[in-house]
Amino acid sequence: MHADPVGVLTGAHFLDGDHAACEGAIAAGARFSAGYPITPSTEIVERFSHRAPKIGGTFIQMEDELAASIAILGAVWGGVKAFTVTSGPGFSLMMEHIGYAAMTETPCVFIDVQRGGPSTGLPTLPAQADMMQVKWGSHGDYEIIALCPNSPQECFDLTIKAFNFAEQYRVPVFVMMDEVVGHMTEKVVIPPAEEIEVEPRRWTSADKSVFKLFAPCGEDQVPEMTRAGEGYKVHVTGLTHDERGYPNMTPAVQDRMVRRLVSKIRDNAHKICLTEEQGIEGADVVVISYGITSRVAQRAVENARAEGLKVGTLRLITAWPFPEHIIRALAPKVKGLVVPELNLGQMVREVERCAGGKCKVIAVGHAGGTVHDPDQILKAIQEAAR
Amino acid sequence: MSTPIVCINAPENPVEDFLRTDRMPHIWCPGCGIGTTVNCFSRALLDSKTDLNKLSIVSGIGCTGRVAGYVNLDSFHTTHGRAIPFATGLKLANPEMTVVVYSGDGDLFAIGGNHLIHAARRNVDIKVICVNNLTYAMTGGQTAPTTPLDVITATSPYGTYDPAFNLPYLVEAAGAIYVARWTTFHVKQLARSMAEMFKKKGFGFIEVISPCPTLYQRRNKMGDALDTMKFYKEVSKTKHGTPTAEVGLSKSGEIIVGKFVDRERPDFTAMMHAHLQQTLGEKYIPVEGPVCS
Repeated sequence: MHADPVGVLTGAHFLDGDHAACEGAIAAGARFSAGYPITPSTEIVERFSHRAPKIGGTFIQMEDELAASIAILGAVWGGVKAFTVTSGPGFSLMMEHIGYAAMTETPCVFIDVQRGGPSTGLPTLPAQADMMQVKWGSHGDYEIIALCPNSPQECFDLTIKAFNFAEQYRVPVFVMMDEVVGHMTEKVVIPPAEEIEVEPRRWTSADKSVFKLFAPCGEDQVPEMTRAGEGYKVHVTGLTHDERGYPNMTPAVQDRMVRRLVSKIRDNAHKICLTEEQGIEGADVVVISYGITSRVAQRAVENARAEGLKVGTLRLITAWPFPEHIIRALAPKVKGLVVPELNLGQMVREVERCAGGKCKVIAVGHAGGTVHDPDQILKAIQEAAR
Repeated sequence: MSTPIVCINAPENPVEDFLRTDRMPHIWCPGCGIGTTVNCFSRALLDSKTDLNKLSIVSGIGCTGRVAGYVNLDSFHTTHGRAIPFATGLKLANPEMTVVVYSGDGDLFAIGGNHLIHAARRNVDIKVICVNNLTYAMTGGQTAPTTPLDVITATSPYGTYDPAFNLPYLVEAAGAIYVARWTTFHVKQLARSMAEMFKKKGFGFIEVISPCPTLYQRRNKMGDALDTMKFYKEVSKTKHGTPTAEVGLSKSGEIIVGKFVDRERPDFTAMMHAHLQQTLGEKYIPVEGPVCS
């Protein structure tokens, strides 16, 4: 279906990534956000607080990130699309409700504008060091989806995509921005509402006497949903539960439930993994990057090509689920994979795992609250090509 | 195999419709007061003729947190301490719902204390029923912020020495529009009080003092559930309108019960509507209810 035109600011704009992400959320149909101020993500909810009363939406500033991250889940069960945004320490505080959202299969979107850490770290400077936290940060077995925009335009586009994936798979979805992308201002084109595809909630039409809130429907193993007030009298719990939502701590039920929470994403990974490839065919070295680092790496790749090296690029638009199949196919064909990221080695572990020793894998870690010097990446490319 | 005995003329329990009978038996111990409060809750809903399709119940974690699982309503068993912010999101997104938060003293006043005072400050239209058994029961009877002085608990083996919260005083100060306290001995009064609170708009709060014979009463040699009922009967004094500063609890002293606060002030949604209407005029598009396609 198409976006509701009420919220869509069709036209060409000059926006920073934070504001573009907010417009993406609105275009995707979000009408509720709860937030707590934290740099460098605050501008997203500042804009939403300005826009919400004019589009039939609600913004509430909560008392902390724990409250913000569960208020949106309450709103989703109330029947709206909802999101929250945060950075650094706030993301750490939200972990419990990420697990609750995964467990209760509550479609929702978290936008994390990454800053340097650990702890309070670098409030106004970039990092990409929450990439493992977003995957593994809450306890227990579950899967999520994480997308990594590298421009304000993509902050808009991928936030819509995030809402669509959330509805399609009943899962929390993360827009993993970084401070540079969040505060960078560029041209953002917002299409007409009828050109924006929006995934509707998977409302059930089942009879009230037989409907089961957690019974998988169809091939993708995702259950249908309802909202409070429809007479279904559902039970939603963070406890291990059966298909009715009733707590049930038996080994069989726990095993079945957790396996489905994981496999509904893993088995559909080929539909969720978005990547951008350039010059991979015949390349000796492929640079794998995401977010702002993909733009810094571009300079290094161009310099390497000027030296006559055969270099391709693979950009991870979807970081999670990790595009395992692509790396597995790529590794035997190249001499080396170079993985620059604004951390001291996170996604590179996944690359190493999938490469399985079939080629060199060179991490180009970086800390300090700046982006890489392209020469750091160039050196790694030269080494990989040897 | 024995034949099941069917009593054709046995009257149906009037609150059966409110319960998920397919989830019985419940997990609560013999003598626990939580079931009594659920009975009162059910009767309050019956008496106030609440539309049960438009009522949601939200619980946190703990023995009382399990209430959401046993009542036949749209029910949400959330995370520890966070029932109130979940309920806030639910209410704001779907304003036609009556939203009741049903949880315990540890959940609402320790880990969830910050959310409680802020929801009361905002006067969000949610109704909070706090079953106060003066301890963390689910985890084995540890000290709670409500445990009175000189009480033995699993984590205060020599007795407690940190002062407890006076819940009505705290909640009134934070801004609640309705504050009452009863014990599980006062079943009629409790059910009436709940029904009265459900009719009000804004943040309402009822504290129900409830026994935990398995842990609290046993460790402190206060007898069994029946002894606790006799104790409540003996030490409770109904004094409506008592200043909440004077209703703090001690281990064996007087329990002042009654309705302490009943006042009017516009709730969060009313304040928001009025303000945005005034500042934005025709540009303001109010929330119409659940709007997700």
